[in-house]
Amino acid sequence: MSTATLDLPRISPLARNLAIFLREARYEFIRLTRTRSFSLSVVGFPVVFYLFFGVIMNRGQQIGAISVAKYVLASYAVFGMVGAALFGIGVGLSADLAAGWLDLKRASPMPPLAYVLAKCCSAVFFGILIVSLLALMGITLGNVSLTFVEYARMVALTVAGVIPFVCMGLALALLAPFSAVPGITNMIYLPMSFCGGLWVPLIFLPHFMQTFAVLMPTYHLSQLMLGAFGYASMGSTLSHWYGLLGFTLVMLGVAAIALRRLERNS
Amino acid sequence: MSAVAEVPEADRAPRPCPSTEAVASLNHVTKRFPNGVVALDNLSLTLRRGEVLALLGPNGAGKSTAVKLLMGLSSPTSGSVNIFGADPRNHAARMRTGAMLQVGRAPEMLRVRELIDLFRGYYPTPMAYAEIIQVAGLEGIESRLLGQLSGGQKQRVLFALALAGDPDLIFLDEPTVGLDIKSRRGMWAQIELLATRGKTVLLTTHYLEEADSLAQRIVVIDKGRIVSEGTPAEVKSHGSNRAGEQSSRSIKIIRCATSISTHALEKIPGVTGATVNGEITTILTSQAESTLREILALDLSLHSIDVQSPKLEDAFLALTGDHE
Repeated sequence: MSTATLDLPRISPLARNLAIFLREARYEFIRLTRTRSFSLSVVGFPVVFYLFFGVIMNRGQQIGAISVAKYVLASYAVFGMVGAALFGIGVGLSADLAAGWLDLKRASPMPPLAYVLAKCCSAVFFGILIVSLLALMGITLGNVSLTFVEYARMVALTVAGVIPFVCMGLALALLAPFSAVPGITNMIYLPMSFCGGLWVPLIFLPHFMQTFAVLMPTYHLSQLMLGAFGYASMGSTLSHWYGLLGFTLVMLGVAAIALRRLERNS
Repeated sequence: MSAVAEVPEADRAPRPCPSTEAVASLNHVTKRFPNGVVALDNLSLTLRRGEVLALLGPNGAGKSTAVKLLMGLSSPTSGSVNIFGADPRNHAARMRTGAMLQVGRAPEMLRVRELIDLFRGYYPTPMAYAEIIQVAGLEGIESRLLGQLSGGQKQRVLFALALAGDPDLIFLDEPTVGLDIKSRRGMWAQIELLATRGKTVLLTTHYLEEADSLAQRIVVIDKGRIVSEGTPAEVKSHGSNRAGEQSSRSIKIIRCATSISTHALEKIPGVTGATVNGEITTILTSQAESTLREILALDLSLHSIDVQSPKLEDAFLALTGDHE
């Protein structure tokens, strides 16, 4: 066998890479589903919170023109998808790094993009799962009226909205040692949810916190989610997209620096 | 030392003769980490097609660094790395290599079958699934989650992943570390099998009997440099030369519990060295019989006596300077 010849079957590289990506995504999803510490907490927390604040405490009140049950549906949907992205990517990638599993994959002919995209897709799957569960609870238990178009907008927003938090998870996993990542992730996730108005509507928070919220990606995403329901939100739709884009770019920059640092040390 | 290590060369399974064609090489490679540690110091290493090469050295000698460089997971500070005539990061080169890393744990929540399916998918012409299961000895545990397996079984799964692509070149970085004797023997048999199939194997280990029984060629490294290179027999004789003897046959090692000082022992004719490790004193001598008579006469309470011919281990200790 000469070193130059390689008998590759006649399948286009694109089709092969697509097949690798699909397999990778399937197993990533299976793995996360079986990892109870992930699946139970990431799906369980938004469900339980929504049950408390959207269903049990629902007295049919309104916040302006918005029914509380529907407002809370938007916030906890965002809370849920952010958790799926941060924990799926941040903790998941950092575990793969620490276990040397990523090294083994990098040394294989696996296209690196297939790995990253598979992780993103799992986060999106879990995001959609959470959003759908909450919508179902809202409709059946919380007297929320949700049209199919509104639900479709929620799902579409989940696909796009997960991206900034995937990038944040990436940056965290590359920056912090594995043992610290779950703790750090919680320390960012929970305050960021509160400050973005996901737990308590922003209008009930002190004025300085309302101003501060502009820096929170959770704020922008929840405003877009409320916008998807046709409710007037704070700020313009475009400003929220810019907010998310800016946050995404900052996180990608941090991730790139962290990756370079890791490579220098390997 | 071990049953496998004692098997004479002729009794081993026949192997295809290694050719002189180089499949992988490190050429004058130096690897310096940002913290100043020099892991490899102008090291050159060539793997020939069809051979099992053992890279032997104590912990921290630079074995894993060498493997990481060959796998393209790390880049050299200076020098070059070559796999199948290409850069190790080359996609075609990666199609033809498989690896088992020292720090490599597979996700616990996937089944054995799923992990193998995942890795087979990366390669255009993978090894048949049933064959992987058979070669790696995974029959009966295919449906188990990785987290439910014993240490030895996990290692065998990682071994299976290294084989998934039916690679021509396989890196095994300390494949038997942490395994019990039985699992280790099982892994040896599997590596032997690879060799009979004509695969090129780079095996790193600090188990000397492992290198002795599996490899056709041994490269001993210490502190990032090659200290000895050759067949197991050659490396053994290099070691005993360092210890001050012409032939490995004439030298013997006496281990015993004694109160005689090393200073006194070294004055006995024939003794070339003595060390104390806990209760046991190790004496290197070229005249075992007379040395034994002398020490038994000197110390009436002497006990736990054991006389051995030098093995690769002793050569290795002499070579890497851990032996005074």
